[in-house]
Amino acid sequence: MNEQQSLRPTASGTTVPGRTAEAGGTTPFWQMRGISKRYGGILALDNVDFACERNSIHAVLGENGAGKSTLIKIAAGVVTPTTGELMLEGREVKIARPQDAHAQGIVCIFQELSLMPDLSVADNICMTSPPGRFGFINHRAQRRRAEALLERVGCGDVNPLELVKNLPLSRRQMVEIAKALGRQPRLLILDEATSALTAADVEKVYAILHDLRRDGLSILYISHRMHEIKQLADTCSVFRNGRHIETFKKGTRSDNEIVRLMIGREYTQVYPAKPARPEAPAPALAVRNLSWGSRLNDVSLTVGKGEIVGLGGLDGQGQRELLLALFGVLRGVSGSIEVDGKAAKPGSPGEAKSPRIRMALIPEDRKSEGLLLPMSVRDNISMASIGRFTKGLFIDRARQDARVDEVIRRLAIKVGDPDSAVATLSGGNQQKVVIAKWLMTEARVILLNDPTRGIDVGTKQEIYQLLRELADAGTAILFYTTDYDELIGCCDRVSIMYAGGIKRELRGDDITEENIVASALNIDLAPGHPGAEHGA
Amino acid sequence: MQAVLKRVDRPVAIAFGFIVVLLLAGSLYSSSFLSANYLLQQLQVAAFLGLIASGVMLVILLGHIDLSIPWLVTVGGMMSTAAAGWWGPEWAIPFGVFCGLVFGIINGLGVAILRVPSMIFTLGINAVAQGIMVLHTGGFAPQDHATELMHWLAVERVLLGIPNAVFIWALLGCAIVVMLQRTPLGRYIYAIGNREGATYLSGVNTKLIIITCFAISGMCSALAGVLLAGYSNKGYQAMGDPYLLPAIAAVVLGGTHILGGRGTYLGTVAGVVLISLLASILSVMQMPEAGRQIIYGCVIVGMLMVYGRGQKVLG
Amino acid sequence: MKAADWKLRTSQGQGLLIAIAVFLLMFTLYVGNHPAGLTVPVATTAANKAVLLALVAMAQTLPVLTGGLDLSVGMVFVMTNCLASSIVSGEPWQVALGIVVVLLAGALAGFINGAIVVYGRLQPIITTLATGAVYYGIALLLRPVPGGDVQPDLADFMTYTVFEVVPTSLVLLLAVVLIIWLPFRHSVVGRGCYAVGSAEGAAYMSGVAIDRSRLAAFTLAGLLAGVAGLMLTFVTFSGEASASIGGTYTLNSIAAVVIGGTSLYGGAGGAIGSIFGAFILRTIDDLLFVFDLPPLWQPLFQGVVLLGAVSLGAARVFRIKNRLELFN
Repeated sequence: MNEQQSLRPTASGTTVPGRTAEAGGTTPFWQMRGISKRYGGILALDNVDFACERNSIHAVLGENGAGKSTLIKIAAGVVTPTTGELMLEGREVKIARPQDAHAQGIVCIFQELSLMPDLSVADNICMTSPPGRFGFINHRAQRRRAEALLERVGCGDVNPLELVKNLPLSRRQMVEIAKALGRQPRLLILDEATSALTAADVEKVYAILHDLRRDGLSILYISHRMHEIKQLADTCSVFRNGRHIETFKKGTRSDNEIVRLMIGREYTQVYPAKPARPEAPAPALAVRNLSWGSRLNDVSLTVGKGEIVGLGGLDGQGQRELLLALFGVLRGVSGSIEVDGKAAKPGSPGEAKSPRIRMALIPEDRKSEGLLLPMSVRDNISMASIGRFTKGLFIDRARQDARVDEVIRRLAIKVGDPDSAVATLSGGNQQKVVIAKWLMTEARVILLNDPTRGIDVGTKQEIYQLLRELADAGTAILFYTTDYDELIGCCDRVSIMYAGGIKRELRGDDITEENIVASALNIDLAPGHPGAEHGA
Repeated sequence: MQAVLKRVDRPVAIAFGFIVVLLLAGSLYSSSFLSANYLLQQLQVAAFLGLIASGVMLVILLGHIDLSIPWLVTVGGMMSTAAAGWWGPEWAIPFGVFCGLVFGIINGLGVAILRVPSMIFTLGINAVAQGIMVLHTGGFAPQDHATELMHWLAVERVLLGIPNAVFIWALLGCAIVVMLQRTPLGRYIYAIGNREGATYLSGVNTKLIIITCFAISGMCSALAGVLLAGYSNKGYQAMGDPYLLPAIAAVVLGGTHILGGRGTYLGTVAGVVLISLLASILSVMQMPEAGRQIIYGCVIVGMLMVYGRGQKVLG
Repeated sequence: MKAADWKLRTSQGQGLLIAIAVFLLMFTLYVGNHPAGLTVPVATTAANKAVLLALVAMAQTLPVLTGGLDLSVGMVFVMTNCLASSIVSGEPWQVALGIVVVLLAGALAGFINGAIVVYGRLQPIITTLATGAVYYGIALLLRPVPGGDVQPDLADFMTYTVFEVVPTSLVLLLAVVLIIWLPFRHSVVGRGCYAVGSAEGAAYMSGVAIDRSRLAAFTLAGLLAGVAGLMLTFVTFSGEASASIGGTYTLNSIAAVVIGGTSLYGGAGGAIGSIFGAFILRTIDDLLFVFDLPPLWQPLFQGVVLLGAVSLGAARVFRIKNRLELFN
């Protein structure tokens, strides 16, 4: 389906002069030239030139949706570029399948794990090229290899016979890294590979990466954690909206400059003004001592009428579980939940959206949890509120369509025909459809799980605006996001979660980058300390 | 006009096209293929399959499958005649259908609550239904004659020479079309077939929907069994065996996706007519059973290759 | 370390171990209550019946491991039975050639299934539903009425015993396990089947040859069904194109696979478990016989036991704390 075209896209006008020339005569180890990738109507990569060297750790920065994942998927052979060419050591290579990438020594550690849960650790580590001959696997040799690799990443305690699905997430990620090392990479790509790791593991990974750099590898490192990049990278490249914006050596740009490159403007203008609040509003949502297994520990928080409360912290500290628990998805939750002063602990999403409680959840993964991709925009938007348009047994189509059209207009969802499949929309518009679905229920409490992930800046801004409008109309909003800027710009109060509990609550002028980062890492900053080690 | 064309999706159009081709090809062989009487005869036979396929379609739309069809058809046929013997003829039809409903609900409970894969749970229910029918026949020596009403419904033609069974199918078909297109239940069925998790997170009681669909499927099968018993004047063991595979094939040939979420009732009608017509033409041509089976299988694979291909993996 | 390994192996093979334990229990009950006790003829008769289903269940296991289902195994079984009843007779070389042709026919049928699934990109269920009809048609062509013949000495040998103690059919089953299943299980392609069934996307990204694994799974399924068809010919001395035999074996094979601890979603389990699943199903029948359960009650009892067995996995459902996991 991806016909190789020799022409470069004309949409971008002139071709960007190769930035690789600055490497000073020597051919870069890995080079991507004039790469574009189009998904339907969306240009995920726009005529990108990119190169990286041996003996180097090269960080790739950019907001979600900037094109970083497409870039590495192309290198890994998971997607083929619409146009452009790939060069390894100065020679053009064709990478149409993951096997091709492996054959060239390009190994990728993906954010979403590429492990097979029902297979053993050893099987997974040696999946690509197991020891043995004539197509049979030598299990002893495989086990030895797995043990050696696990030892190397500091996971000697993991039994290679254990099934991957029985390991905790952080161990799985280490297995993933061991698996990648076992393939003897020449170009190693890490996509948010440390997001689920413990601090001790992260240190080990750093040490391994430094070793590998010394051994001559070229390492591409993608991360949102600025301090990680500072600690690791020699070179940084910034991507924005599918374009390669700039590449620079470590230490030649300040944090502020880097952030400006990433978002392309001053971020303070992005958010609508917060209302001045002389006194705390009456709580619409009150959570007391909520616990669930080992994942939620005694969480108490309130969200006032008309208030936007942010949930922050590192990934996987219980934020997702908290939202699911509030929405009635989890079994065995202890503690109390009140909405407008009345006990409201739903046992299912159906109960949570009922007129008694009127809660809404914008789930984490819009493609698998929020939307029914092959169904129409109209059907998706009305999915949670069909009951409101039902007379007797039948759906009142006219009334439903009128309401749906109204919501489409209000959110400015760009859709030609509301009867077309929602899969045909762009990511931002899809996310708007999910939000529209829950606006239709006129919820009193809206829970959002990272709603701006992977969508463009313009749509983000519209979403911030919308949230503020909803809040001003009296809705209580609990907003989990991995983006610190959003916590600062959007939220009236911020609760930082750590290890399943609320670590700290920030309000007003206390909502700063330093405080958020420090609480997320469970560090107590001395008051008044500028928190110099943390930038963007 | 264009709007109408857009609504009839490609598989359905192809299936109907194939029906026309079959009729034309048949008419070259014998002109009687285009006679009203022959066509009505076909519709009558198709009606039994149509009733079963209606229920199967709902289950397939959910992304599940119902393999208990054969013995639920038999349950319908045998329990209706038995009820007539026990309590009088007026109980025959309601009791037959009621038994189908009960088994259907159990199917639904197993799939929705216990979350056993439908493939295997309905297989178990099929075996249990078979066991009960064997015990019932041998242990109680029940009446196996169909009542007059059953016979009348299955065989007679009251209006315009159209068989009554066709009216029953048409009635059920209309009800299902209305349900799928105009009621929340229909909307939720498609939604669950596309992604049950997302539907659940939209606050839909997905368990209830699944149980309802299996219950309807059980009732449809039992109703078909009641009529089949009326048609042959008695209920007997294994009377549903020949209907499982044609029913699934008809639904899939009509463009309903085997993994759920997509499909129209019009397509199922086309699939049912297509399968019945194919069988009938082959039998008129005195094609031996062997050839019939081979052609039958090749037609299914061939047609699905034309329009049913899945997406290439992946990313 | 060794002890830890054993613990892991046992916990991972739990399904298999349970199946074996249940079978042993049932078989002991059966033998203990059989009027003749465990005599060679009793064991041989039981083995011959059980091995047929065990072979078909092994065949079914392979597509199931990749996350598919083969609804045509029963029909391939019947087709190869009809073929064998026509060509496995005469001179020794003719018999040998006949056996090879029968096995190849089975493998070819499986290969066609796999090719349609892989290259035609149709769903396995519906593909094999259709090809099953075709194979049944071919069986009817080969043998419009039941009959045929098979080399009698060979048939006698295969259905009696080795050294007058061990039923030959069990030896055949063991040979199939050792020559076909275990090598496959330990090959790259075989592991690919598990990988595909466990997480197709991850397998693809790990560079697993997905198509080759799928194709191999279906082809081997056809081959194993062919072995079963051959064995059926030895047992019955004839061929019969019976839709009900084909259908029953297909459905029972799925049940045997599930009882043997293989997940219908793919990725976990194995053919050994399916063998014991098949043995369990067969022993249920025999138990009903020795316990003098009124024959009328037998089918119901079988049905209830089958339903109970397949519902056992439901225990997992009630332990799940995050309801979203129910939908995966």
